[in-house]
Amino acid sequence: MEKEQVKSSKLKTNKDLFLAFFRVGLLGFGGGPAAIPLFHREAVVNYKWMTEDEFGDTLALGNTMPGPIATKMAGYIGYRVNGVIGCLVALMATVVPTVGLMIILLGILQKYKNLEWVNSMSAAVVPVVGVMLAIMTWDFFQKSGKSLGMGRAILFTTLAVILLEFLNIHPAIVIFGILIVSLTSFKKGGDSK
Amino acid sequence: MIYWYLFLAFFIPGILGYGGGPASIPLVEKEVVDRYEWMTTQEFGEVLALGNALPGPIATKMAGYIGYAEGGIGGAIVALFASVAPSLILMVILMVTLLKYKDSPKVKNITKLVRPVIAVLLGAMTLQFFMTSIESSGTIQTIVLIIVSYWLLEIRKVHPAFVILMALVYGAVSGIV
Repeated sequence: MEKEQVKSSKLKTNKDLFLAFFRVGLLGFGGGPAAIPLFHREAVVNYKWMTEDEFGDTLALGNTMPGPIATKMAGYIGYRVNGVIGCLVALMATVVPTVGLMIILLGILQKYKNLEWVNSMSAAVVPVVGVMLAIMTWDFFQKSGKSLGMGRAILFTTLAVILLEFLNIHPAIVIFGILIVSLTSFKKGGDSK
Repeated sequence: MIYWYLFLAFFIPGILGYGGGPASIPLVEKEVVDRYEWMTTQEFGEVLALGNALPGPIATKMAGYIGYAEGGIGGAIVALFASVAPSLILMVILMVTLLKYKDSPKVKNITKLVRPVIAVLLGAMTLQFFMTSIESSGTIQTIVLIIVSYWLLEIRKVHPAFVILMALVYGAVSGIV
């Protein structure tokens, strides 16, 4: 009886994982990064698989590492929720439908690739994704203010802008730097809570 | 042999592509057009344009399609595996290690200190999206779309899926008219 319940709840988890990442895959217009706000929506808001903080860490580490970001996020979140099976389910849901669509439509659309409405469809989605990213940016900044104090948050944000945007230092290097500093120093006073 | 070449052609961009899927596109082009000559620059451009018009992650769409074009279903699977697996495995291992120590104050500090960096990265991406939109849709249309989608998403709390669908329909209609 109990075993049955465990089995059916696992099945439900896999179904949830599949649906969540299927939606993200099919709605993420504009490449992998465009899907990040959608991942956030499903994993944190809808299904509460992880907290804001955990999502932030996952995104940070995902950005530090090479390779496509969408599959790293999907695979890791799937793994967190339901182990290797969850990882595979999330990956399949993210990748298979859109690749299938691409292979099928490429044959057909090759003929109509200059059609105006096809182009303007994808153009209209770009600002919407921009707004979603802006909202997330603001969220991260506010959280940062809460945990670090507004003064330090503004200082670190300014520093990050200088390093990333003006000096063009690769985010991987900046994030690795923070990792190393956090793990080696802060013997005292670092733990504010 | 084609499977081995496909694996190499997508493994290398996957491992070197820092900055998400779009960052690996020029690396994929180098392999597919220059090294293995599976496609001309023109053909690659067309595949990329269509890939950008369709939903979903771009790196896997490119890998899946080119793999399929060169080696059928087996080729698609090999190319997808090569672009997805190495970076994902690395990610899972590192995150699991990090989570083990997540209650230590040092690891907590990472989260706190990384947050402003993420905010800046997201902010930069936001700007990029707005700039792209101004280039392709014009300034006025971009501003109108920004205001309307902000109002729908944040004030009316409409699910992003619906907002995206509305934008698609709007785009298609405005392209026909």
